Parts: sequence; structure tokens; C-alpha cells
Amino acid sequence: MKFPESWLREWVDPSEGTDELAERLTMAGHEVDGIELHGGGLEGVVVAEVLEVAPHPGADRLSICRVADGSGNTHSIVCGAPNVSAGMKSALALPGLKLPGTGTLRRTKIRGVESAGMLCSAVELGIGDDSDGILMLPDDAPVGTQLDAYLNLPDRIYDLKLTPNRGDCFSILGMARDIAALTGARLKTADVGPVAASTDAEHPVVLEDSKACPRFAGRVVLDIDAAARTPIWLTERLRRSGIRSIHPVVDITNYVMLELGQPMHAYDLDRLSGAIRPRFANVGERVLLLDEREVELSPDTVVISDDSGVIGLAGIMGGRKTAVSDSTTNVFFEAAFWPQGVIAGRGRNYALHTDASLRFERGVDPAGQARAIERATALVQEIAGGAAGPVTDVHHADAMPERRAMTLRQSRLHSLLGMELDKGEVTGILQSLRLAVEETADGWIAQAPGFRFDLAIEDDLIEEVARVFGYDRIPEVTVTAALPLGPVTERQIDPVRVADTLVARGYQEVVSYSFIDVESDHRFTGNASELVLSNPISSEMSVMRGSLWPGMLKIAASNLARQQDRVRLFEFGTTFHGTLAKPAEVMRLAGLALGPVVPEQWGSRSREVDFFDIKADVEALLDLGAEEARTEFAETEHAALQPGQAAQIVRDGKVIGVLGKLHPTAGQSLDISRSVLLFELDAAAAFAARVPVATAISRFPSIRRDIALVVAEQVSAAQLIQVVLSAAPDIIRRAVVFDVYRGPGIEAGLKSIALGLILQETSRTLTDEDADSAMAAAVQKLQQTFAAVLRE
Amino acid sequence: MQALDELVQRAKGEIDSAATLTALDAVRVAWLGKKGTLTLGLKQLSSLPAEQRPAAGEEINRAKNAIQTGLDERRQRLEQAALTQKLSQDRIDVTLPGRGMSLGGRHPVAHTMARIEKIFRDAGFGVRTGPEIEDDHHNFTALNIPENHPARALHDTFYFPGGTLLRTHTSPVQIRSMVEEGAPIRIIAPGRVYRCDSDQTHTPMFHQVEGLVVDRGISFANLKAVLHQFVASFFERDATLRFRASYFPFTEPSAEVDVLWGEGRWLEILGCGMVHPDVLRSAGVDPEEFTGYAFGMGVERLAMLRYDVHDLRTFFENDLRFLRQFH
Repeated sequence: MKFPESWLREWVDPSEGTDELAERLTMAGHEVDGIELHGGGLEGVVVAEVLEVAPHPGADRLSICRVADGSGNTHSIVCGAPNVSAGMKSALALPGLKLPGTGTLRRTKIRGVESAGMLCSAVELGIGDDSDGILMLPDDAPVGTQLDAYLNLPDRIYDLKLTPNRGDCFSILGMARDIAALTGARLKTADVGPVAASTDAEHPVVLEDSKACPRFAGRVVLDIDAAARTPIWLTERLRRSGIRSIHPVVDITNYVMLELGQPMHAYDLDRLSGAIRPRFANVGERVLLLDEREVELSPDTVVISDDSGVIGLAGIMGGRKTAVSDSTTNVFFEAAFWPQGVIAGRGRNYALHTDASLRFERGVDPAGQARAIERATALVQEIAGGAAGPVTDVHHADAMPERRAMTLRQSRLHSLLGMELDKGEVTGILQSLRLAVEETADGWIAQAPGFRFDLAIEDDLIEEVARVFGYDRIPEVTVTAALPLGPVTERQIDPVRVADTLVARGYQEVVSYSFIDVESDHRFTGNASELVLSNPISSEMSVMRGSLWPGMLKIAASNLARQQDRVRLFEFGTTFHGTLAKPAEVMRLAGLALGPVVPEQWGSRSREVDFFDIKADVEALLDLGAEEARTEFAETEHAALQPGQAAQIVRDGKVIGVLGKLHPTAGQSLDISRSVLLFELDAAAAFAARVPVATAISRFPSIRRDIALVVAEQVSAAQLIQVVLSAAPDIIRRAVVFDVYRGPGIEAGLKSIALGLILQETSRTLTDEDADSAMAAAVQKLQQTFAAVLRE
Repeated sequence: MQALDELVQRAKGEIDSAATLTALDAVRVAWLGKKGTLTLGLKQLSSLPAEQRPAAGEEINRAKNAIQTGLDERRQRLEQAALTQKLSQDRIDVTLPGRGMSLGGRHPVAHTMARIEKIFRDAGFGVRTGPEIEDDHHNFTALNIPENHPARALHDTFYFPGGTLLRTHTSPVQIRSMVEEGAPIRIIAPGRVYRCDSDQTHTPMFHQVEGLVVDRGISFANLKAVLHQFVASFFERDATLRFRASYFPFTEPSAEVDVLWGEGRWLEILGCGMVHPDVLRSAGVDPEEFTGYAFGMGVERLAMLRYDVHDLRTFFENDLRFLRQFH
């Protein structure tokens, strides 16, 4: 919210300068987002009077004006503004000046006519965004006065980020109150004396539902001058606060809201029919609002109605049909107290965020209605005359917010802040915040003023004391806590170690969004997820991913497009499964490999990465947990993987991961024509680890025997090894595949697999005879099981 | 005997002039071989009178040893030269790059999160996680943000049909952990969070680390100390912090923490405060017995400051050329 410094200082004028005050406010919870210098650089610009306006002989749109600058001199000025007229007051800048919105002014000829200066627009002066015409000053503006002095410029405008708990600070009065408490400066009371009624005219207000509206103040003002204009001092203050001038009566209600924090509304009295009745809306009721939008009301919304129906949304926006207009002469002012509970969230339901709803949602002083009415009456009479009726102030005492007394214990204050504070200082702080305070033996009893909706419990008071006292004055004290040592687990591999392993194998970690497009998710998980956002940023980010692969492939594709030839990626991330009612989240680790098996280098032939390269990476990861012996790779089918090059990783009968080659069709849709290898592991299952149990190693030498077997294509290496190891389990310890061959000498449909077998006894040295008989057993079992033929 | 010395001299001359191992071997054969000069000399001993034989034999043996030593030394020298010659042919260009695999790297956000975790783990904090799809209760209500609270509007929440949502902060983990473990508790909760906001300085997903310490007698002064130490530890230098009053519904007093950066510039790096008694109560902890502090920090923000990254969005573009700068 914007606070012009000049206006604030009219209410409270601490000795702190502009920046010092900003610092104090920021530290006390009113963060100053910026300080804008407004209306600087206007030295030399004077209030001038246009005496005559004559047409320019050479241009239809230009005029030649004779302008008085107040010193007795007149100047001939060429002016292109459509609003220039004889007798008007405006701003004159003479040659040599440089304005915020112009270069240095020079005496020039415009279409052959000399111009001795310039009549300026708000944009040229840097004090507004109106460039349609020259600045129009009031008729009583004193000619010859420096413009900046006349407009009380330059001014500085604080842009404050007010927190939602401090509804009381959304006004000059409220902020001035807090500044007074923070700086010790005196709050100057605004001169809002009662304005005596000069007519009996009243408009009836009926409060039937005290829940909907506990308090409603109103006042009739008759016979105002419809031609009156808002004075510049008022429009200037509105403008510096970010509000445009609309109509004198509306400007006044806005002004009072900015100054006192009480949102107001003004009705054209002649358009009201019957008593004003605030109430909850009925189902199906509609209202046409000031912004020309018609909304259908829901029954949780409080409205203002008269005999004609709904005439406004309480605390949010007034209705069109009873609004003031240029012909309005009789006005009814409203200043109501709408409780937070009946306003909060309602504006949002109608997509309306107004200055009024902003304040009511955060809490408006329940005692400020009559004061606002008096202020508005005084202003309207000053500006547009009129006869005011008596103030109508209807309220339900029992529905007004309660003012609770709070107990503050000195012991809690000290222990929560971690320091001792002087009792008198605390009392002083609470009093400066306008609490009614009573010191007790062990602390204080305090009652907050009605406008402080945020003060309800003891800790609220502690926060206030700390805030005014200054957080920077609270010491730093390190906790000395008992720190029992916890277990350092070996049953789960530390993700950092997993990541480091992949990094060592050339993989780059990526972080991608958890939401992806529905189609990709479907393609990679094979089912339609329920976990679709109601309000996604875009359709590309609308469903919670069931797989890390789609995001990873997009990253790969975009890097390929940036001439990255070799891509290795991994990501740790959550995938989302299950239903809306019962979502399930799984931490997964995925990897992607694409391009040459090693980075481009001299002296070694390169080839594209394939299944067994990425499988080696996966095996290395699984080895971290020493559980590789219980882990199997089995051929599988997967929607996104190429048939015959896809495997699932199984441990204890449970699938813990998948790896394989991306299906070429899926690659094409991403413009990737090269082989892409992928893996995805369930992190919790894949990185469960075993605490090793050591066995003594055999002291006796081992023997290696190699055999080559010709078997059918569909026989897997894993099957062969399993059978070989089971043939003579006490002797054949290990089998390694050292060659796989297809081609001349081997019939089509068959393949040759060469195995190296490591034979060893634990209790004695193996003899050749032992080895021969174990090998014979193995070969026989292979022949029986797979019809394997020994290749000589 | 003089003749013998001359023979040795002659032999040594031949040894020294043998340029190859083959030539040297020829010299050996010529002198010490079966029909070598000295071998024959030894054989002639038998023709000497018996009393002269021992002395002459000794002399000849001496000469033989002298020649053998000469041969050995020469052989060693020639072998050495041959090896040197051979090795010189194996000379390589040591400036050629090494072959094989190159290192990948960690993502700066994940790396930053790991560092933050380590700092707090080392100080005795446990690490907890919670679901990213949350319910209204844990994300808002239990944190003292009832329905229609103006603070909700600041959260730009992603919703699912039926009212569940993507957590907007890691604070729900506070509630879940306190409900599960009770007090005292001393944890951090790192993780992904989501806000429905996307522009130059906002991404719809980002990372936070939440901290929570609840125990008897925990104070705001303790909070100030731990955060000061954290920032000094994270940036590896002493840092000037300022704690400004702020407002979060779930802490009281609440503060935002700025770090002094460069020339008098204060940069906001985290939010914190004393856990609100209502929050303790909603998690089943008695606020009269226990007090606590909580803090939350944006991981991307800290990574940007640490590594001088100026555009938040680059973290999620995953351009390898950008990521390779980190390790």
C-alpha cells in the first residue's frame, strides 16, 4: 500500500528522516518495498494563467496563448493541448528548464511562430500519467507561485508490504498510530469534530440480522452542488496513494477510507427506495455492480438491499442502480462495520478484490463508523456545500467484537524471548500501542483497542513487545541440548552415495517439474492418472507424473537441440500413483543414456551406448547394497520400451525397477532418432541394503574350466548359469560369460555362449578328477535342460 | 706374470670396445669360453712343476675374475643403454587427454539441499519428509491458517478435484512429525513445494527446507543463534543478519531474516519464528510445557546467492552447459 510521506507526517512527525523512518518500519514488520520520489525537479515551474488563446495560423491543432506568470510579464506560448482555454490556470516552464518528462526547454519556433516556453502536462512534469492535455489547476491557484510549493511537492511515497494480520494499518491514521508507538512521536489527532445537522432528513436503516451487520452508520446530505469539482489537494493525495479521481463524492469516500481506514459508500439518495436493509443474500438473487458486471449471489454473501432488491455487495462493491452520478444532488453516506467472518473470501468468490474488501477481510475498527461519517460530511460541505441530516448509527451491541483482557506473564515473556526486559519498559510499550495495561505481581493484564484484531492471546502481546522493543536487541543464545547419538544405518544406502556413484559414471543430475502433460504420462505409465490438477499453470504441467522418464526425455531432447551429443542424466524424484482419494508417492531414481558410450576422445573407437552399458550402471548401483545376489533381471514388456530390449528388476518377487531401450516410436515423438536407454528404480526398495556377514575365504587354489555351449536363442544366459551352478554346488563356485557368438558355424536360431567356470573346494585342493566329474555333471544337466550341445 | 697382466689389459680393451651385447659375448667366448685364452692357460697348469702350480693357478684365476668383472660391468652398461634406447621409443605426448569416462555432476539445487541437510544433521537435527500431495488440514488449518484467512491468498495453491492440494510449503511436515513423535523434537524437513505462479522470479515448483525445534525453554534468542550459525556455515564466512518483524500465522513472534550482501544491500533469505501455541496444540504438544522455533528457507534462493545465479528459471531448464559448471 502506498503512503505519501507528506500525508503521514501531517498525522505524526517523528524526528527520523525519510530513510530512517523506512528502516524503522521495515524492522517493525511493515516492510518498505520502495520509496518513490514524486514531483522532484520542478524548480522554476510556476502557476500561470492563460490570458488569451488564438488559433495558430499554420496548424489547426495548435494555439497561440498569452500566458501570465504572475510577475507582471506575459509570454507567448504555442500549445497543442486540446484542453487549453482562456482563463485557465496551468503550469508554465520557461526556456532553460529541464523537466522530469522532457529535455532542456529552448526558445523555439513552432510552425513559424515563436514559443517562449511551455504549458506542461502531468506526464511532462512527472507527476501523473495524463498526457492528453496540460495540467489543469484550480481557478484559485495563485499565479506566480512555484508549482512544487503549491502542490506540496516533492513528496516521497512509501510502498509498504503490509501483513494480513494488521488490518488496522491500512490507513494513514493506523500507520501513524504505529509510527507513534515505534518512535515515541506524538500522534496528532485529526480534526474530525461533529458536523451539526442542518436538516432533519434521514434515511431509514434496518438491521434485522445482527450477524450480517452489527453496525451501520449513515447520513443524508441534501442539495450538494452537482457541478462542484474535487480540489487538487485531495485529488493529489488520492493519486499519490494510487487512486484516480472519479467524482467529488466518490473521491471523498475514498479519501476517508485512505485516511481513517473505514471504507465508505455513497448512494444517490433519490435512487433509493425504502429502508436500507443489510442481510444475507437469497439464492438466485442478482445484482449489477458498479463495474457493470452482474453477479449471481450465493447465500453466504451479505448484501445491502432496499425495497427494490439488492443494491450492493456488503464491504466489497456497491451496485450500479443506486450509484452517484454527475447529476446527483442528494447523497446518503454509508459507513458500516462488516465483521471479517462475513467478508473473508467472498470477494474472491466473485473475483472481486477491492480496497474495501481488502480492509474488511483484515478487520476494520468497529468504533470508527461515526467518525468516518463526520469526516465525509465535513469534506462534502467544504467542497460541494449541502445540508446534512443527523447521523444514523444503528448497532447491535451484543454482536460487536468482544474486547478480551489478556494476561501476560513476565516469566513467559522472558523465557520465550530468551532475555529479561524491564517491567516499566514493557508497560510503556503496551501503552504506546494503546492497550489498557495494568501491572500485576507477575506481569500484566492488558486489553487491546478495538482496532487490533490480531491481539487475542498472551503470545500476541509478547510479539508486540518484541517488535517495538526491536528484534535486533534480543541476544543470540546457543542451545545446549542433550544430543543422544542415533543409529547410522547400513540398511539403506545414503542417497548422496547413490548420486555420487552415478556422477562418477558420467551422469549429470537434473531436476524436473513434478507435473507433466497428460498424454506423456499416459504413454509412459500405460494408465490414465486421476491426479490431474484443477488449476494447472498449463496443460503441459497438469498431471502428477507417474514416471520420471517423460520429463527426463524432454530434457534430453532439448539438450540434443543445443548440440549436446552425449547425454547422461539422472533424477531423484517423487512419482505419484493411486487415486485422488488415496494418492501414493514413491521416491524413484531414473537415469537416461544417449550417444557415444564414452565421451569423444582420441585413440579409442566409439560406439553408441546400448542396453548392457546402462545395465552395468544399474548393477553398480544395486551393488552398493550388496544385494545383487538376490536381484534378477527378467525380460519384460513396457509401453514405452522396445520389445525384446526391456527388463524388469526383481528382488524377492517384487519388481524394484525397469530398464530398457526407448521404443523408437516414442523417440520420434520427441524428435529423438538415436538410441535412448533408460532406467527407473524404486529408491526405497533398490537401495535397501544388507549388513554383510563375512565367511572365511578358501585357502585352496581354484581351477578354471571354459566351455562353449550351443543353445536355442530363447535360452537366457541367466538360465544357463543357474543350471551350471546347481549341477555341482559345492564345487562350481562362479560362472562368467566371456563370449556370445552367432554366425558361421552356428545354425540360425541358435547361439553359442562361452562360460568360464571357477571350481574350488573349501576343505582341500581340488584334483583334476574332481573337476572332470563336476564338469561332466554340469554338461549333462545342460544337455538335459536346454538340449545344449558342447561346442568343441 | 707380467704377461698375464698384459693379457688382462688386452681383454679389458676388447671388452670396452664391444658395442653390442653380441660383440661382448664374442669377447667373453674368446677369453673365458671353453677354448678361450685363459681357459687354455689354466689347462696348461698341469704341465707346470707341482710346486709352481698353486701360485700360477691363483694368478690365472685372478686374471679370470678381473676379466669376468669387466664383462659384467660392460654387460650391465650395455643393457642399460639398450633399455634406455627402447624406452625412448615409447615416449608419448603427456599433454594428450586421458581416455575413458568423464565425471557427471550434481544439480546445484540438490547439492545445496544436501549441504543444508549436512549442516543440520551435524548439529543433531533429524531429517523428515512428508507427502507432496497434502490435505487442507496439514497445509493450512493445523498451521493456524483457517479457511478464508487472507494468508491463504498469498499461497497460490494448486488444487485437485476433491480438495486435496500440492503442499505450498514444507511446514506440514512440522505437524506430521510432532503428531508422530511428540516433543522434544529437533528436525529439518527438506522437499519440493508448489505455488501456482510462474514468472521471472517464480517457478511453480521449488524447494524448501523447514526446521523445527521444540523443547522445554526454547527461546527466540536460540532461534537467532542457530540461524546466524547456519548462514555463516552455509556461506563459509561470518554473515551480518537482521531479524525483522513479520507475520506468519503459524509462528509468533515471526521474523524474516535478511543477510547483508555486498554494499549495504539486505537480501531476504528465510522466514522464522516461535511456533504458535495453537500449532503446538493442534499437534498434541502442550504449549505451557514446551516452546519451540521453526524456520523455512528457499533452497533455490540460497543456491542463487551461493553460486551467483541470477535467473531462477535456469535451475529447471536443465541445460547441460549450465549444469556442468557445478560439481
